[in-house]
Amino acid sequence: MPKLTIDGIEITVEQGTSILQAAEQLGIEIPRFCYHDRLSVPANCRMCLVEVEGAPKPVASCAQPCGNDMKVLTKSPKVVKARQGVMEFLLINHPLDCPICDQGGECDLQDQSVAYGYDRSRYAENKRAVKEKYLGPLIDTHMNRCIQCTRCIRFSEELGGVESLGLIGRGEVVEIAPYVEKMIESELSGNLIDVCPVGALVSRPYEFKARPWELRKTETIDVMDAVGSNIRVDSRGNEVLRVLPRLNEEINEEWIGDKTRFAYDGLKVQRLDRPYIRDGKKLREATWEEAFALIASKLEKIDGKQIGALVGDLAAMEEIKALKDLMNAWGSPHTDCLIDGAVFDAENAGGYLFNTNIADIEKADAILLVGTNPRWEAPMINLRIRKAALANRDLPIGVIGEQLDLNYKYEYLGAGADTLTGLRKSKSAFVKALKKAKNPVVILGAGALRRKDGKAIQQAVAQIAEEFKIIKKDWNGFNMLHTAASRIGALTLGFVPGRGGYNAAKMIEETKSGKIKALYLMGADDVNFKGLSKKAFVIYQGHHGDHGAIHADVILPGAAYTEKAGVYMNVEGRAQIARQAVFPPGEAREDWKILRALSDFTGSPLPYDNLQGLRAAMVTDHPELQDINVPMKVKWKGLGVPGKILKAGFETSIKNYYQTNVISRHSVTMAECTAEASGKTNKKVAANG
Amino acid sequence: MTFLDKTARSFFLVEIVKGFWLTLKYFFKPKVTINYPFEKNAISPRFRGEHALRRYPNGEERCIACKLCEAICPALAITIEAEARDDGSRRTTRYDIDMTKCIYCGLCQEACPVDAIVEGPNFEFATETREELYYDKDKLLENGERWEAQIAANLKMDAPYR
Repeated sequence: MPKLTIDGIEITVEQGTSILQAAEQLGIEIPRFCYHDRLSVPANCRMCLVEVEGAPKPVASCAQPCGNDMKVLTKSPKVVKARQGVMEFLLINHPLDCPICDQGGECDLQDQSVAYGYDRSRYAENKRAVKEKYLGPLIDTHMNRCIQCTRCIRFSEELGGVESLGLIGRGEVVEIAPYVEKMIESELSGNLIDVCPVGALVSRPYEFKARPWELRKTETIDVMDAVGSNIRVDSRGNEVLRVLPRLNEEINEEWIGDKTRFAYDGLKVQRLDRPYIRDGKKLREATWEEAFALIASKLEKIDGKQIGALVGDLAAMEEIKALKDLMNAWGSPHTDCLIDGAVFDAENAGGYLFNTNIADIEKADAILLVGTNPRWEAPMINLRIRKAALANRDLPIGVIGEQLDLNYKYEYLGAGADTLTGLRKSKSAFVKALKKAKNPVVILGAGALRRKDGKAIQQAVAQIAEEFKIIKKDWNGFNMLHTAASRIGALTLGFVPGRGGYNAAKMIEETKSGKIKALYLMGADDVNFKGLSKKAFVIYQGHHGDHGAIHADVILPGAAYTEKAGVYMNVEGRAQIARQAVFPPGEAREDWKILRALSDFTGSPLPYDNLQGLRAAMVTDHPELQDINVPMKVKWKGLGVPGKILKAGFETSIKNYYQTNVISRHSVTMAECTAEASGKTNKKVAANG
Repeated sequence: MTFLDKTARSFFLVEIVKGFWLTLKYFFKPKVTINYPFEKNAISPRFRGEHALRRYPNGEERCIACKLCEAICPALAITIEAEARDDGSRRTTRYDIDMTKCIYCGLCQEACPVDAIVEGPNFEFATETREELYYDKDKLLENGERWEAQIAANLKMDAPYR
């Protein structure tokens, strides 16, 4: 434990701490460009120079470990002079285009040149010019602005796991360039924009749209996957202009996936902005009163038990609770949230939660993936696995299901049930390692359970987890990975078929026989509507005119995730509060309010009039919701003996990362990514402002 | 005595004669007023009058949508929206100045890095309705074209002092 003084303040730090980190602990800020907390240290920008007593030259504090009895000065005249020199060199080739640069106003170089820059240039020669590079539809490049800090290279190689960027040339002609000019094949590529300290890599969809100082920043929760990444939504007026990550060490650190970051433009198209009523074949615009009155008159003639309700992938817990209460009031047991057809034990929370905390995956010493592709289903969880794999090069990772394109080494074990049950007898190195492991992790994709024998698969995996001691006293390595943001919330609130209730597929089927006469779709679009009878009265409440709205007889326009306050529960069972960034378009309203208003029309008023009341009711019924931002701790109860598993191989749930829900399906940016990823490129030449 | 004095003064209309004398004196002096709509005073090159958006000599508009004028405007009179133009350059799609809010402080002109928004020498832009004072980009560019010669001359004259 070296003890040193920085600017006269004594501090004792862990062995191996750099001077920069030690200074940060003291609250002394040292300017830097190339150094990043979560990346390796190249020490090439030289901005973090400090004076160490006894050293002949200023020292790069990011790369210099603390030594005993070091005396460090971070603000001495020599240091300031050295940094001014470095800054002058950096600015030699940096264009003076802050006014047209999207980074302007939130740029590290801009900020630090205020502190260390000289107000005029001594450099009379021509500035160098670097050609723009094409990095796909998400990232725009302005390579003149690049200061060669190599953060982007390190990020894509270390965390992204794609080796597509490199430093080419030497001296004055050095430049950051992709080896092949194409889209960066990583679902984390958007983070390059955040990592870049200058405006060399900027967001293409956000290009020239706004300045950072005119944006309203709302801290909220993402719904593109079930991990519940913490995000910041930047909006101006009533328009979402960009989505940025927000620091949460336990979930997404400071990264987010590309879908989370760029799918927001789907919020602007194909929106339902007023109620619609089906008039013959066509839908016509209507008022809220008309729509509610029609629903009330239709439901009046129907027995409560003939109403079914389905909850989609993006619903917040508030509206799920309100819908559940409404269904109870109508006396219907037909409620289901597993619209994708997944079959598993929904009673036992331990069986469907991600029991290992996301951050703890980094501690794992053996990982088994069953029917899941974490890279697409949950990039943030995949990032943790990659970090674990980086820390331990021999980390045993086994995959059962499809062959995957993962950014770490893995052993492909087999496709389906035979492999799974065969693990017991297998003598492979992976199985040995899994049995021996201290912190083993098994991740079961919810997509693999979308078949009749889903429950048996879940039980089989649980059984193996028990046998292999993956579940211990202080470590629960059994995890199920969902892809829908609403899923865990809905399961927690018990939005599953009640006594005698039908599941989603059965509900659709029974519309033919007339046992289900009305169907309430709460943003349920990704349902298999084949077999839905025309006789059934379908109410669709949601924010996009998509698969669900096509079948609807009445459409009630709801709010998207940026437009309402709500609680979302992520895969760990961690309830997080999302805040409202903008208002829903037109006549659209927050979803729970719609249900509250409807309940008055149908003569079964819900017992809450405001969000506080609704949340209070939620907590009363489900005390586990009391603790916000804490993963649910469930005692392992076991899932029972598995039944027969069919031969077919396990499938993952996501075939195209970029388009998985209504919002991302309507996003132009995501469509471009899809085209690019599938090779149908419509390559645009990089723009030069 | 005061009584006599007062009476004599009023009897001989002294005050009025004095007044007429003054008037007569100015009658022969050069005039200080000007015949406004037909004659105008000289104004400083720094005069802050009606706004204009300038163009480069090759016809390209100067404004690059950096929004610094919008940020600095103390009266919040400027509204800008920007987008990439077809050729990829950064341009405004909307540049509005609410002239009824504007306090003619000239900070927009100070903030502009490319001398695009300027307060020109024109002060005769009174209108009959308020709506006409909500200037949009077309109006401002038109102003720029109309006043360019004078604006450029003024900026040149003022340049040594900046």
